[in-house]
Amino acid sequence: MGRLTTELSGVVLQNPIIPASGTFGFGYEFQQFYDIDRLGSISIKGTTKDARFGNPTPRIADCDTGLLNAVGLQNPGVEKVINEEIPKLREVFKQPIIANISGFSVEDYVYTAEKMDKCEDVAILELDISCPNVHGGGMSFGTDKDVVREVVSKVKAVTTKPLYVKLTPNVTNIVEIAKVCEEAGADGLSMINTLMGMRFDLKTAKPILANTTGGYSGPGIKPVALRCIYQVAKAVNLPIIGMGGVMDAYDVVEMLYAGASAVQIGAANLVDPCACIKIIEDIPRVLDELGIKDIKECIRKGVK
Amino acid sequence: MSKDVVLTVLKNEKLVENVYRMVLEGDTSAITKAGQFINIKVEGVFLRRPISICDYDETTITIIYKTVGKGTIIMKDIEVGAKLQVLVGLGNGFTLQDDESQVVIGGGVGVPPMYRVAKELIASGKKVTAVLGFNTKSEIFYEEEFKKLGCDVVVTTVDGSYGTKGFVTNALDTLTFTHYYTCGPKPMLKAVHKGNYGKGQLSFEEKMGCGFGACMGCTCKTLYGNKKICVDGPVLESEEVLWED
Repeated sequence: MGRLTTELSGVVLQNPIIPASGTFGFGYEFQQFYDIDRLGSISIKGTTKDARFGNPTPRIADCDTGLLNAVGLQNPGVEKVINEEIPKLREVFKQPIIANISGFSVEDYVYTAEKMDKCEDVAILELDISCPNVHGGGMSFGTDKDVVREVVSKVKAVTTKPLYVKLTPNVTNIVEIAKVCEEAGADGLSMINTLMGMRFDLKTAKPILANTTGGYSGPGIKPVALRCIYQVAKAVNLPIIGMGGVMDAYDVVEMLYAGASAVQIGAANLVDPCACIKIIEDIPRVLDELGIKDIKECIRKGVK
Repeated sequence: MSKDVVLTVLKNEKLVENVYRMVLEGDTSAITKAGQFINIKVEGVFLRRPISICDYDETTITIIYKTVGKGTIIMKDIEVGAKLQVLVGLGNGFTLQDDESQVVIGGGVGVPPMYRVAKELIASGKKVTAVLGFNTKSEIFYEEEFKKLGCDVVVTTVDGSYGTKGFVTNALDTLTFTHYYTCGPKPMLKAVHKGNYGKGQLSFEEKMGCGFGACMGCTCKTLYGNKKICVDGPVLESEEVLWED
């Protein structure tokens, strides 16, 4: 076990850095910039039962400290993801793969989870009940306790792989939702998904995004993410994959202090395709600077 | 293959109101075709700014951009000598054809990528007509530069203050050619595409997250399936272009 290794429900990662779903495609796009096999894991593009085009464009709006996206779960559908995308990723990536799954009904989620469960290359399922950009799906499953309980328990029943539930910050009390996930059998939590936001065009007074609203990510949401992770880490006993505006190795340590066991990087990948590898390379220096021998010492260090 | 490199600003000058030309020096080896673009990290905004390549050689890249928002307004004040982080060699670019008589059509800041197309066509011995569309006389740039390449140049202005009055299609209707290359605002691309001018290639613009195919922020529908404007485009063949409305 190296200085940077961490673990998620028995799945060992060579380092805690995981590109976040939706910001890294199916991974191989980044192979032109660096050897992606050096990552801890990859959370692949959100996958649904059927292929989806996603929302109309514009789907992206810049913000001063991040961006809004309203991609709307564009993906080729679970069959193609398993038969084409994951094998293509496997050619260049030998580390554990996290499959991010979404849906528009409980049956959708169960269908996609069952398929992913049978895929040997998938190590962890990340149940996305927090995408704010699809109507009648995603986040609408993550804001109501009864619905959360139903979808998590039904998906848990069809998989033997660790099940991580990705939570939305767009709720009154994220701790309540996290507790329901724990009771319903989740093995871990991923948090946070994007904050729902908007921007307007100054000339037309219309929303910039064709979808009107989008999910806000980037460094601007980091304090919100740290607060959510901290509150949940205090209240539940599940491992947490922390995310939200992580831009450098210092941010990674802060996420671990707040209660995370591993960290996803999202928006940073879009502005710097080498963001993840730069962060991985810089973690040992930051640990030295802070007088920390092993990154596992950081996990939950700030949770009192 | 695109490359993330540091480029030095050699020039950053105003061409006409709100339109600027920047020359960047450094590693340009990732550029392979006319019509590709670069994605520039600009201090003060979060996402990079994608700008089409107007011209390039072994050590320099020329871009022409319009100040349309916060990022480009910051760009216009970047001083000579500044170092910029730039993703170079993005997009598919144009596939130049062997036809004897070809036309390049640019509208506004869609004109710059057509410069490199015209330059390469002329270098390979083709006859090229450049149709450059602007709103009004004061907005016109690069008419002389296209002439210097050896193009026949037709300028159109919407208000008739210079050249042919009207849109680029008013000029195209009077020309004979067998292939076109175009870049400009969507309504112009649509008018050209629907104008029965035969086969051509159209360069599209879209708001992008990454510029290299990861975020799926710029996807469009085509006759040949979903395409990401940043990696499968920005250039689409006229046969595959679909209009949503």
